Amino acid sequence: MRITQGCFSFLPDLTDEQISAQVQYCLEKGWAVNIEFTDDPHPRNTYWEMWGLPMFDLRDAAGIMKELAECRRVYGDRYIRVCGFDSSHGWESVRISFIVNRPKEEPGFRLDRQEVAGRNVRYSTRAYAATRPEGERYGGP
Amino acid sequence: MTRPATKTEESGVTAVEAIDLRKEFEAVDIASVLAQLDRELIGLAPVKTRIREIASLLLVERIRQKMALATSFPTLHMSFTGNPGTGKTTVALRMAGILHRLGFVRRGHVISVTRDDLVGQYIGHTAPKTKEILKKAMGGVLFIDEAYYLYRPENERDYGQEAIEILLQVMESQREDLVVILAGYGERMEKFFQSNPGFRSRIAHHVDFPDYSDDELLAIADLMLVAQKYHFSSDARSAFVRYIAARKTQPLFSNARSIRNALDRVRLRQANRIVSNLDRILTSDDVMSIEAEDVLASRVFVVAAGAGDGTG
Repeated sequence: MRITQGCFSFLPDLTDEQISAQVQYCLEKGWAVNIEFTDDPHPRNTYWEMWGLPMFDLRDAAGIMKELAECRRVYGDRYIRVCGFDSSHGWESVRISFIVNRPKEEPGFRLDRQEVAGRNVRYSTRAYAATRPEGERYGGP
Repeated sequence: MTRPATKTEESGVTAVEAIDLRKEFEAVDIASVLAQLDRELIGLAPVKTRIREIASLLLVERIRQKMALATSFPTLHMSFTGNPGTGKTTVALRMAGILHRLGFVRRGHVISVTRDDLVGQYIGHTAPKTKEILKKAMGGVLFIDEAYYLYRPENERDYGQEAIEILLQVMESQREDLVVILAGYGERMEKFFQSNPGFRSRIAHHVDFPDYSDDELLAIADLMLVAQKYHFSSDARSAFVRYIAARKTQPLFSNARSIRNALDRVRLRQANRIVSNLDRILTSDDVMSIEAEDVLASRVFVVAAGAGDGTG
């Protein structure tokens, strides 16, 4: 099951050229771009790990594309996303985030139904991948 | 029969591959950058010639790219050598403008760094620091001032070598993304290149900045004063000619920078002179004019006279 999170996730995967153009857009808006990765695909997992520090004061996307290539080399089997953080007053939050790398196979989610009092049903989703320990979930790069 | 055939073939070829040089030249508008360079920088004739040559080369290279004749991206890294205050940083800024207009760097900004910005203080600190600066410089020009400080042969555990290796690697593998300009004093740069042959082979253009002559320094002083809305009186001007001659013989003379500092002090003395007499009506010419006494009060003349006494 294909994970759809953040911008452009219903489109086919972006090419490097398209990623670079989006990153350049962020930089021209004055946002600090950073790279994050995770192997826990649950939609409520908001705490992805950061690849290095956010990159402030960049003018050209080439620097970020270089970091992305490096991140893919190490964590090519995980989800990687690019975020643009707007530090201007009133925003002070992530303005854009999109997935730039995903595992070759995404096993999807299992839906658990729990019957509780009064014929109510509680639902929870569990990623099949997350049953294995962290780092071994998608079978290595 | 054969001659007309070749003729049409020839004309067909030229029609496809011809590029109007003038149009191309005007489209990139480097003429205005070069004219600005001529206007705002006094002297430096060999430097201007080199920059003109480089600009022409890049223009031709650009046309060759359009004709699909260019085989590889040209190496654009440069080294600027010369004494302090000869305009290396200023020219680097202009160079970035020229490269940007010709499309050889994408953004045309200049990141100016020294050893401190590249080399870390402890193990494992240097690489991230250097890489961060390189990322910032992507798409523009990285100007490394006093580049020879990167290499310290007397300390074998110095981290400068690590920065040098990262730099060399990026200079080679990401030539399209950034241009590195190394700057420093002639002799020490020469030693630096000798001990790091990798740099020499990766740098395409070595530009040497000559010292300014007395006349050029005076012209620079005039230009600086005009920019600040001041002018020399005729006595002050001849006093300043003597000042330049005296200052040149003293240690730590750094060309245009010394002139700028001297003018700052002259302005200070001029202001003091004006304020010392409060009971008068000032005209705009009074506050713009620099008199001989403002210049002659400089310590440089005292030291020069003292030196003259000592030796003679």
